[in-house]
Amino acid sequence: MENYHLNYSINTQPVPQKKKIRRNILFSQKIAPYIFVSPFIISFLVFFLYPSISTIIMSFQEVLPGETRFIGLQNYKKLLNPHFYAALRNTTIYTIWTLIILIPLPLVLAVILNSKVIPGRNFFRSAYFIPALTSTIVVGVIFRLIFGELESSPANMLMKALGLHAQQWTMHWGTGMFLMVFLASWKWLGVNILYFLSGLQNIPKELYESAEMDGAGVFTKFFRITLPLLKPVTIYVLTISIFGGFRMYEESFVFWQNQSPGDIGLTLVGYIYQEGFMNNDMGFGSAIGIVLLAIVLVINLIQLKFTGAFKKEG
Amino acid sequence: MLLFTLTMTVSLLLSGCSSEASDSGQSGKSSDGATKLTLWTFVEQHAKFYKYMADEWNKKHPDKKIELQATTYPYDDMHNKLLLSLQSGVGAPDIADIEISRFSNFLKGKPQLVELNDIVEPVKDKIVQSRLNIYSKDGKYYGIDFHVGATVIYYNKELLGKAGVDPNKIITWEDFKEAGKKVVSATGKPMITIETNDLWSYWPLIVQQGSDFYGKDGNVTLDNEINVKTLEFLKQLLDEKIAKAAPGGGHHTEEYYGFMNKGGAASVVMPMWYMGRFTDYMPDLKGKMIIRPMPRWTADGNRSAGMGGTGTAITNQCKNVKLAKEFLAFAKLSREGNIQIWKQLGFDPIRWDVWDDPALKEPNKYTEYFGKDIFNTLMSVKNEINSPTITENTPKMNQLVVQSVLYKVLKEGSLSPKQALKNVAKEMKKQ
Repeated sequence: MENYHLNYSINTQPVPQKKKIRRNILFSQKIAPYIFVSPFIISFLVFFLYPSISTIIMSFQEVLPGETRFIGLQNYKKLLNPHFYAALRNTTIYTIWTLIILIPLPLVLAVILNSKVIPGRNFFRSAYFIPALTSTIVVGVIFRLIFGELESSPANMLMKALGLHAQQWTMHWGTGMFLMVFLASWKWLGVNILYFLSGLQNIPKELYESAEMDGAGVFTKFFRITLPLLKPVTIYVLTISIFGGFRMYEESFVFWQNQSPGDIGLTLVGYIYQEGFMNNDMGFGSAIGIVLLAIVLVINLIQLKFTGAFKKEG
Repeated sequence: MLLFTLTMTVSLLLSGCSSEASDSGQSGKSSDGATKLTLWTFVEQHAKFYKYMADEWNKKHPDKKIELQATTYPYDDMHNKLLLSLQSGVGAPDIADIEISRFSNFLKGKPQLVELNDIVEPVKDKIVQSRLNIYSKDGKYYGIDFHVGATVIYYNKELLGKAGVDPNKIITWEDFKEAGKKVVSATGKPMITIETNDLWSYWPLIVQQGSDFYGKDGNVTLDNEINVKTLEFLKQLLDEKIAKAAPGGGHHTEEYYGFMNKGGAASVVMPMWYMGRFTDYMPDLKGKMIIRPMPRWTADGNRSAGMGGTGTAITNQCKNVKLAKEFLAFAKLSREGNIQIWKQLGFDPIRWDVWDDPALKEPNKYTEYFGKDIFNTLMSVKNEINSPTITENTPKMNQLVVQSVLYKVLKEGSLSPKQALKNVAKEMKKQ
C-alpha cells in the first residue's frame, strides 16, 4: 500500500489503468527483486534442479525406451564391484596429487611473480596462464604423441638422455597417473596463480613495511603475513580443487578414450559415461552420479568445517 | 519486465530445441520436390558413399527424388546423440550408421528402429547369413551391414622370403608357429603382432572355431575350453617371442602404423576392412603384402570369421519410412550398391553373388597394393565365415575382455588365461 501511494504521488498525471498496474509491479518492492533474479531462477530450475531430480529418480530405475521401470536399490547394489572401486581409488589419488601440487606451487609462484624485483614478471604471468586457455582435448592429443610408446617419442628420448629407461606411458598404472596429474598441473597452474595473485594484491603493504621495521626476514614475512592473510583464497582454491579433482574426466579421456587397460585411467565420471552411454545403462550411470555427488558434498563439508569457513557467516 | 524475461528464456529454450531439430532435419519436401532424408554416420567415407548412391538413385528415379543430408560426427558423439534422441523421442535422423559393438544398445527394451524384414527377405539367400543375425532381435532385422569383415591374414612376403617360408604351405596354426620360429631366427623380426588393448587378435580366433563370448542361447561361454586354449596359444607365442604385443596396444594406433610400415612384423591377422589402413597409413609396404585365409585350428576347421561391422538402421522418427527403406535397399542391398561398396570403400560386400563380378577385378588402389587375387581368397572361404553372437550385454563384455583379460594376461602377465577368463565370465553372468 505504501508503494502505491508513493507511485501515485510521483506520477502527477493520471495513468491509464493497465499501465498503472504494470508500473506498480515494476516498482513494487515485493515483486521487482523476483523479476531481477528470475533469469537465474528459471535457468536453475530448468537446467539444474530438474535434471538433478530426474537423476535421483533414474537411479532407482532401469531406463529403456518404452520399458522404463523401478527396480529399487539394484543400481546401487551393482556399485559394489571392482571397477567402481578402481574408479574411486583412481579419482581419489588423482585429487590428492592435484591438491599436493596445485596449491603450494602456485602459491609460491604467485608470491615470486608478485615481487617487484623479478624481471619480466608480466611475461611470466601470461605465460603461466596460457595453458588454461587451451582445450584439454587438443592438448591431450599433443601429450599423447609426446608420451608415445615408441623409443623415438619425445618423452622417451628425454628419459634416455637422462639415463633412464624408455616407458610405455599409457600402459601402466603409475605412469598413467603421472600423465593425468602432469596434464592437469600444466593446465591449471596458471589459474591458481591468478587466484593467489589477486589475494596477494589485497594484502596491505603497510603490514610488510612495519614487519620489516621490526626486523622480519623474507621467510618470516611469508609465514606470518602472507600465508595467514591468504587463507580465504586458499580455502576457495582448495574447495574448487577437490571438486575439480573428483569431476575429472577429460584428462583420462584424452589418453585412453575411456578404454583404459585394466582400469588404470578409469575415473568416476568416466565410469558414469561408460555405463550410461557406452553400455546404455542410464539408471546405473545415474546411481554412480548420485554417489559421486554425495562423496564430493561430504568431503567439501568436512573440509569447510575444518578450515573454519562457516564461522565467518555466523 | 517479467514478460520480457520469460520470452527471453522461452525463446532461448526454443531456439536451442529448434536448432537441434533443424540439425537433425526432420524429413520434409524441399523446394524442388525432392524428399529430404537425413543420415548420421561416424565415418567420412561412408557419408561420401551415401551421397554418391543418392545421386545414382535420383538419376534412376526422377519421380521420387531424395535430398540426402549426410552428417559425419565423431564415433562416440554420434552414438551418444543417437541414443539420447531415440530415448527422448525427438531429434533423431531418418537413417543412421550404428557400429556393431554399440548396436545392441539400440535393441535394448523396445527397439526404436524400424524393422527391415521386407527389404531383406527378397535378397536374403544372396547375403552372408551371419551378417544379418548380428543386427536382429526376435527374428526381426534392424540393420544392414556394409561388409562381411572376413578375417584374413596379411603376410609380409619379403620377410617370409628371407626366412624361406612359403605362405601357401602354412595350413594350420601349428604350421604357423613353426614358420614363425624360422622367421624370427632368420630376420630377428616377430612373426605376428597381437593386440593387448583391442579384440581383433583374439575374438576372430575363437569365432573361427565356432566358439564365442556368448553361446547361441545367450549364455556366457567366455571361459570355455576353446577360449582358454586359444588365449594360452597367444600367450605362448608372446612368451616364445614369436609374437610381439602390438606397439600402442592395438592395430589402430600411430605407433603401430609406424612400426609395421617399417616392416616391423611378418604378419597380422585382421578383417578385410583393414586393407584401407595399409593403403592409407603404411604406404611403404605396397606390393609386399599378400592376403591369405587364416590358418586352421584343425584339419577341417574354418579359415575365417566375420568381424566388426556397421549396421545401417532407419529410426522410428523417420517420416518417410517407405522411401528411406527403398533407398537403403538400393544403397546397401542391391548388386550395384554392393559393387560400389567395394569400389569406394574397399570392403568385402555382404552379397557374395557379386564377389566374382568382373567389376571387382578392376584395378583400384587395393588391387595395386595387395595383388589381383583378393576376391579369389575370399571366394575360397565363403562358407567358412562365422559371425560373433551379439547380445544386449555385448558392449560391456567386449570392454571387460579387453581391460580385464587381454591386458592382464598378455601385457601385464598378472593373471593366467584361465583365471582371467573365469573372473570376467563370473562378472558377466551376474548381469
